[in-house]
Amino acid sequence: MSLLNVKDLSVILATNEGPARAVRNLSFRLNRGETLGIVGESGCGKSMAALALMGLLPEQSETLGEIKLDGQNLLEKSDAEMCQIRGNRLAMIFQEPMTSLNPVHTVGHQIMEPLRLHRNMSENEAKAEVLRLLDRVGIPNPKERIDNYPHQLSGGQRQRVMIAIALSCQPDILIADEPTTALDVTIQDQILELIQTLVREEGMALILISHDLGVISENTDNILVMYGGCAVEAGGTAQIFEELIHPYTQGLFAAMPKLGRARGGRLVTIPGTVPDLMGLPMGCTFTDRCPLATEVCRNTPPPIVEVKPLQFVACHHLDEARTRKTEELFS
Amino acid sequence: MSVFIAKRVLTLIVTLIGASIVIFLVMEILPGDPALVILGVDASDEAILALTKELGLDRPPMIRYWDWIAGILKGELGTSYAYKVPVWELIEGALLITIPLAIMSIIISIILALSIGLYAAANHNKAGDITLMGISQLGISIPNFWLAILLIILFAIELRWLPAGGFPGWDDGLWACLRALLLPSLALATVVGAILARITRSSVLEVFREDYVRTARAKGLSKQATLWRHVLRNALIPVLTVTGIQFSALLTGTVVVENVFHIPGLGSLVLKAINNRDTIVVENVVLLLATMIIVVNFIVDVLYAVIDPRLKAHDI
Amino acid sequence: MSKDRSLSFINRCRRSRSFVVGGAMTAFLLMCAIISLFWTPGSAYDITIANRFLPSSANHWLGTDQFGRDIASMLMTGTQNSIVVAVVAVSIGLFIGVSLGLLASAKRGWTEEIIMRLSDFSFAFPAILSAIMLTAILGPGGVNSILAIGLYNIPVFARLTRGTANSIWAREFVMAARASGKGRLRITFEHILPNILSIIIVQATILFAIAILAEAALSYLGLGTQPPEPSWGRMLNEAQTLMFLDPMQAIYPGLAIAIAVFGLNLLGDGLRDILDPRLSRKR
Repeated sequence: MSLLNVKDLSVILATNEGPARAVRNLSFRLNRGETLGIVGESGCGKSMAALALMGLLPEQSETLGEIKLDGQNLLEKSDAEMCQIRGNRLAMIFQEPMTSLNPVHTVGHQIMEPLRLHRNMSENEAKAEVLRLLDRVGIPNPKERIDNYPHQLSGGQRQRVMIAIALSCQPDILIADEPTTALDVTIQDQILELIQTLVREEGMALILISHDLGVISENTDNILVMYGGCAVEAGGTAQIFEELIHPYTQGLFAAMPKLGRARGGRLVTIPGTVPDLMGLPMGCTFTDRCPLATEVCRNTPPPIVEVKPLQFVACHHLDEARTRKTEELFS
Repeated sequence: MSVFIAKRVLTLIVTLIGASIVIFLVMEILPGDPALVILGVDASDEAILALTKELGLDRPPMIRYWDWIAGILKGELGTSYAYKVPVWELIEGALLITIPLAIMSIIISIILALSIGLYAAANHNKAGDITLMGISQLGISIPNFWLAILLIILFAIELRWLPAGGFPGWDDGLWACLRALLLPSLALATVVGAILARITRSSVLEVFREDYVRTARAKGLSKQATLWRHVLRNALIPVLTVTGIQFSALLTGTVVVENVFHIPGLGSLVLKAINNRDTIVVENVVLLLATMIIVVNFIVDVLYAVIDPRLKAHDI
Repeated sequence: MSKDRSLSFINRCRRSRSFVVGGAMTAFLLMCAIISLFWTPGSAYDITIANRFLPSSANHWLGTDQFGRDIASMLMTGTQNSIVVAVVAVSIGLFIGVSLGLLASAKRGWTEEIIMRLSDFSFAFPAILSAIMLTAILGPGGVNSILAIGLYNIPVFARLTRGTANSIWAREFVMAARASGKGRLRITFEHILPNILSIIIVQATILFAIAILAEAALSYLGLGTQPPEPSWGRMLNEAQTLMFLDPMQAIYPGLAIAIAVFGLNLLGDGLRDILDPRLSRKR
């Protein structure tokens, strides 16, 4: 049995213009110690899916489907029961280290909180553990830093503190939502490497969310590509990078700046803009920006096909997508 | 931290000196001849001359200002012209009533504000929230001295639960005094409490949308625990600002409300002094009230730094 | 284009419930004041002891007071007094305060520093405290209360104006105007003032309500409007001595003040929603 089994997860947000389907029938599995990357542009529903796993969606929203952790459906649990799971078995790191820490408490206090809550540590035990954790996430001088307030730390250090908080109760699954997007490029790799190392050493499963296909390809075993709330392509990272099939995945890859590309080479872009959740077609959500789209795409949701072992694609025009080259599709 | 405090203390002293100069200019220089103000236009020239000498008004303004301030620092405020007693004696007795009244009012208004504001925020956009915010909008519009009269009509005249006015004196026991101050402080606290409740509500709602609240929930903290440990302290920052601003409204409110209840505090004292043309008393009471407002705002400034560690860092 | 904009402005006005209710209450107040200039149901001035303490009737809608004056008429005439005091006091604060704020923002440097330090002192002198000082040297009277409230309003407007004006000075279109060689005075009137006007209007509405409250308090204390001129605060003062005899007399004037202040506060909220949608969403 998988550690995490998500089946037909849908998230409907209440907005001023009416209900918006932020996540549509998302299904995936995650085994103990495995790493999964969720990739897509901003607004594709990846963060909403992560918040749904944590049970932290905004109050005026509806979550449908199943999220089974060790066979228990999290969507059926009460808030009190979820509080036992959050921070303990499921932990999350957010995008904005600048605003994700409470400005009026010391970082030591903030790391201590889950320890005292879930591991019933005494003040002194927790303090010793905080020092160990700070050291573990690579913050120099833990003894001094423990009494610092967030504004006294740099962005990278704050994200390390966030990682220490997430790590504190040795969770089964770590969810990292764009953990490096807000950081300097030079710090990004350090933080990703830190997450990698910790995940490996602690035997945690990781869900890494990013808009950056490069980050995902280097750090995960499996990939889930999302567009407009739907999974459009999923499978083993190695398999997918061997052959990108879905037109959106191809576009995403083509839009990635590559080192060593000829100077004159123009950066490819996917035409159109990030979709507005309200106006998406009933069928394939990528219809309006897809070079292969036909009338079928707009009205019928595409079937999910296992194209080859460990690679699933949801597209009506599979054959065409596989035969046409990326350069032809987006030029 | 010490740099922060030192800077604030410096501002405090400068503001106090500025305020005292303003009062001196208005009360002693602006009218031209203070002796004429005290004695009235019908007074004979000899009487005016005599009083001018008695009060030392023939000396240059700089010296008079300096003497006034030096006297205050020594605890000598001069002699009341109407009562022929030291001004400090009059003020001391009044302070012992006005300060407890102000403290009682501010405590009641903060209790009102926090309970209403938090309840409304927790029930955002539900019936309870909308009703309470409607009531608080009304509360802001009611003049405190009218509310005082309404409270007298209800609790003193109709129900006969509490005294309609007057003050027994602290020798008659704490309970009797608190009873006498209860209606006045309720009248003062309702308006300020209504304003603060609205600020508390919107501030709590705003903080609940912050990223660090989501972090707290992601740690496994319940909504209640998140509210107490992470939301409240941040939400209190704007509440504190407005409490500081509202303190001046509350203090001038006591001047009016004391007169409604015939309580012999600073408000009653200053009003009697105006009617007696006792400008020395007026001058000193006004300075005292202004000082209280300035000092409370200084305390608020320092409290900021205690609540919000980012401020301290700014100044150091 | 401009027709569309004015249409959407009217629509926004209609959609804001605060604006509609507050506006209606304020309009009612103004009507009372204007009508009372020509006609009142009874006499607000004539003292007829024989008619004292009459209950409400067709002749005397709200009854008469201890001197036989018609309470409804006194309330209506009192509206004039409140409005005049508030209009003059807010205007004093508005003109002087906004000018000082604009000056501070346009000149910066020492001018700004001096103006702002001076307005720092003045927070220690709320309207009632200034009124106490003024009446102590000039004697009680309506003019003094107007002066005191007006003085209190000056720093409020000055600070608000300077703060918002400074943020406008930093905007690109002002930079562009400066680059094209326009003077500070011209930019102030062409670009700064129009952009801060809505915030000033909202603030003026709220200070109008505060001025009515302060005038009532001063008149209640006997420091403001003097008899026989009817004023709401004064009526409350006189009614208080009769609380045991005729409590209703203490109800009406307070209700009038509360309605006026409530209406103006609502109007201010509504105006803020309409003129500056960004602000209202934040609340």
